[in-house]
Amino acid sequence: MQKCERCTSPATVHITEVLGEGKFEEHHVCEQCYPKYLHDSADLGQGAKALTSDSGGSELEEALFGQQECPDCGIKFVDFRNNHRLGCSRDYDVFRNELIPLLENIHGETRHVGKTPRRYPQTKQAEAEMLQLRQRIKRAVDREDYEEAARLRDQIKTQEDV
Amino acid sequence: MNLDSLTQNSGEWLRAVGPEADIVISSRIRLARNLSSFPFTNRANTHQKAEIEQYLQGRLQKLDIDLQLDYFNLATITPLDRQLLVERQLVSRELANSEGPRGVAVGANEIVSVMINEEDHVRLQVIRSGFSMDEAWQEADRLDDKLEEKVPYAFSEELGYLTACPTNVGTGLRASVMLHLPALVLTKQIEKVFRALQKINLAVRGLYGEGSRASGDFYQISNQVTLGKSETTIINEIRDVIPQIIAYERQARQTLTRESRPLILDRVKRAFGVLKSAAMMTSEETMDLLSSVRLGVNLGLIDDINIVVVNQLFIHTQPAHLQKLLGRELDSEERNSERARFLRNRLSEMDSMN
Repeated sequence: MQKCERCTSPATVHITEVLGEGKFEEHHVCEQCYPKYLHDSADLGQGAKALTSDSGGSELEEALFGQQECPDCGIKFVDFRNNHRLGCSRDYDVFRNELIPLLENIHGETRHVGKTPRRYPQTKQAEAEMLQLRQRIKRAVDREDYEEAARLRDQIKTQEDV
Repeated sequence: MNLDSLTQNSGEWLRAVGPEADIVISSRIRLARNLSSFPFTNRANTHQKAEIEQYLQGRLQKLDIDLQLDYFNLATITPLDRQLLVERQLVSRELANSEGPRGVAVGANEIVSVMINEEDHVRLQVIRSGFSMDEAWQEADRLDDKLEEKVPYAFSEELGYLTACPTNVGTGLRASVMLHLPALVLTKQIEKVFRALQKINLAVRGLYGEGSRASGDFYQISNQVTLGKSETTIINEIRDVIPQIIAYERQARQTLTRESRPLILDRVKRAFGVLKSAAMMTSEETMDLLSSVRLGVNLGLIDDINIVVVNQLFIHTQPAHLQKLLGRELDSEERNSERARFLRNRLSEMDSMN
């Protein structure tokens, strides 16, 4: 059996990177090294982006980008690189530029074609309202207005029960 | 449902019913879902995890379905009980070993389980005996619809169901089939099968999922791609490849009985003899010997024991099951001697019944 190119375990994941212009690159890694591989290939994706970027300050841009923080969950892309987990659903928007090449690598596609929740449009609205309510609770707690926080909490409860 | 009564039987996936049950142990569908208004589990604090758990548990109880779901709070049950649920494949090892508020809702017959606060807030699983991919998917899809009526999932039109790890995004679907492939292992053709599967983007794992060894010649085959393909396409890709593997395994079994019948008979009889008389038995060795016996039963080389009992022994000799059945905690050396005693007793019961 083929060995993992990063350690001595048997390679169980086989990847063909499409480099463009009919060029391909084969990689063979084990399950344990696969997340690391993904993480490194995300680096590559970013490198490619920096190369094609026409603004001269791409390096600076990239440095700034890696530092960008999700306003909801507070993670930076570098946190994702370290533990391979995103912090909340909004990260897919916030780190979109970094994630799309990664998704392309993993799945070979970047667009969902499967099931859609039947009540998706309503969900979206309710979801936005709920997020707003939760943020208002946080602000109320921050300014120690516990009465308001309790009121908002009850409001969430009734909405959730609908 | 309580965990002690659970221990006595073997659960749906080892019942040895369903199509091709001599080779296909079980078919499983897993869906990963998240609540839109909370951070993913790894980023949620204890308070938020408790909120997520309470919220989901409440919704699960109110589902409009004809299925009773029993909830196990993994933070409060004993480590032994957690291990028991892992051995029964109702809970992932990751969830059992993680921390904070978390749990699992389990349906009667153990066909359905819904993990809460795993890597994703919701991990819905349907596991059926034999080669029953479509039935498993229909049930998972129906439950997902019902839950979705009550719970706003994190979903984007572009990327589908949003998951903590980008490897699950899109459908959030992992479809897997567990196979018993002793003849392909014995004839050293198993690697060839793996390579062919990897070429078409399917993953091969051991009995207990990621990183586990394929003990007892059990292999799980599952999809890797979750984005850019519909659920039906993903399931069909797995479903279409399984009959070929079944055919290879059957061919290998025929070759073995035709060309090396005395050798294979000897292997099966020896395995049975050791299981019936050894004084110490590790879980690994038990799995390997039971695998030979299972092959022997399916080839008609041995009629001292039926397949349902063999399947049950696979699970009852696992560490947590053994300890629950004996009603006390055991260290690993005690386990090995108690396991051997348990096997001797069970198999001599079989003898006296014949």
